[in-house]
Amino acid sequence: MSVPSAAAVPGERMRRRGSRAVGKRERPPAGSSRTAGYFFVALYVALLLLLGIAPVVYAIYLALSGSGSFGSSFVDAFHDYRFVPAFEHILEFMAIWLVSQTVFVVGLTLMLHNQAQRVGAGFRFLFYIPGALAGAASVVVWLFMLDPTASPFAFGLHWLGYAEFNNTIAPGNLPAIFAIMAFWTGAGAWIVVMYGALNNIPHELIECAQMDGANAFKTAIFIKLPLIRKWVVYMLVLSFAAGTQLFVEPTVLGSAALGVGVSKYWSPNQLAWFLASQYDEFNEAAAISIVLLAMGLVVAGLLVWRGRLFEVE
Amino acid sequence: MALSRRHAMNFIAIMILLFFTAFFFVPIIWLFLAPTKTDGQLLTESPFAFGSLSTLAHTFHRIVTYSDYSVLIWLKNSAIYSFGGTALAILAAIPAGYALALTHFIGRRLLLAITLVVMIMPATALVLPLFLEINKLGLYGTIWALILPFGFFPFGVYLTYIYFSATIPKDLLAAARIDGAGEWRVFWHIALPLARPIVALVGFFAFVASWNNFFLPFVMTYDSSQYPIQIGLQQLIGSTASFNPANYSAGSSIVVLHRPDLAMAVIIAIAPVLLVFLFAQRSLVTGMLAGATKE
Repeated sequence: MSVPSAAAVPGERMRRRGSRAVGKRERPPAGSSRTAGYFFVALYVALLLLLGIAPVVYAIYLALSGSGSFGSSFVDAFHDYRFVPAFEHILEFMAIWLVSQTVFVVGLTLMLHNQAQRVGAGFRFLFYIPGALAGAASVVVWLFMLDPTASPFAFGLHWLGYAEFNNTIAPGNLPAIFAIMAFWTGAGAWIVVMYGALNNIPHELIECAQMDGANAFKTAIFIKLPLIRKWVVYMLVLSFAAGTQLFVEPTVLGSAALGVGVSKYWSPNQLAWFLASQYDEFNEAAAISIVLLAMGLVVAGLLVWRGRLFEVE
Repeated sequence: MALSRRHAMNFIAIMILLFFTAFFFVPIIWLFLAPTKTDGQLLTESPFAFGSLSTLAHTFHRIVTYSDYSVLIWLKNSAIYSFGGTALAILAAIPAGYALALTHFIGRRLLLAITLVVMIMPATALVLPLFLEINKLGLYGTIWALILPFGFFPFGVYLTYIYFSATIPKDLLAAARIDGAGEWRVFWHIALPLARPIVALVGFFAFVASWNNFFLPFVMTYDSSQYPIQIGLQQLIGSTASFNPANYSAGSSIVVLHRPDLAMAVIIAIAPVLLVFLFAQRSLVTGMLAGATKE
């Protein structure tokens, strides 16, 4: 799983500061010409059209122009015997991942926020480092961690009754395993983001609560948590969108021959790629990618227009 | 009583934090120790024991020379794709973010909205449509099939937009324009010198995203000589005896790798990004928060 574009997160405050710096700004700046604006965005707009809009339009065209009747590629894709299981797999994966990520990221952030500044910074850094291994590297690392013969967590794996590598990666365990991998690489970045959001809470507010007799636990639950709620929602929504796209983890894990339980069409993205690369079923592959794209697009649109996290002025 | 309860809670919190520290960090410690040991030592010795420097050198040599220096070829490919994509991302994103923040043109708000939507949407959602398009355009298998998509980086545009909105008063630019400076001069001589931190930040994020990308090169390359290191790692799993025992038969001519070799390959693969993470930690976090923390 890619590192969350968590990165994107609380731009809001900086933007607000920006708004303050320049005041109300709907008027065009004095002396600036429109042509200059077009000139400066030209390269980006060309890339956006070529690599953002055109592929989507072409995929929609492909999905609708199959050999059968209008929209038959979608029907074929939905009726493919691998389609429903692929979506079931990622739903199961996301149920585990989203719940655990939410609980642990919020819990750990609140705990870190109670520690001394330097202690908190140290932990945050340690939690964040696995993010550097996002991609195939983290899957390889977890191949080692899940191998009871060599893993430093061998005692835990043995305790769970797994004596061999192929016991650990049994098909029923895969959603949980992919959730662990995704959590390992992504949680640290979210903790940094949440911690930043917590630092935005006025210190006086927390002091008032403490003077009123609230202990650290109560302050965390009743003061801090409600104030970072929107970031939690943001994390959930973004992770949901990313989770539907699962590809790296099952693909890399599947290349270990012992991972016979990981099929080449375990996730919807894998299925789409499988249809395109193995059977030249480009129309059906396009139909599946449009379904996935629509899920991402709906989520992104909701956040931009309804979430008020990124106000477009 | 209250004091002891507070101590107990603090103790529990520290225990939980230590548990998660182990979860996050033990795999990394293990990874860095593994190449100092032989495969046999990995099974018999403590996971945290240090093997020897000579074994480390031997492992390094094995993995670098493996299959006609494939790892070095993959690293070179990763560098070409990532630096090419990053350069393009900076070239496109910095002027675009500047224009969105500080100039006025028809369609500006629409462009900003589309940028946000594409930025939030997972990049992987575009991979298959991109593959279909690149295939049609005849770019499949060329370096452009990777450099162009890596160079399309809406997050960089957004970061630059935020940065210019927040740091450069429009009055400053207006004054320069009244003094007769053309739009290009205003951008080049006033905005850009102030934008060094954001150029570095966009470059950093674009580089990490490109270097760690797996899905895009997975579908856009077809030959080992084109693979970036991320795809190379997947290939190496196939040659690792303990994960693919079928390749490890007596008398087989296939050069077989072992777990320490694979661990060494992972370290080599992540080294550039890890270095950036370690040395640019401060600016990295700043970028992630995009100003959310109190200064």
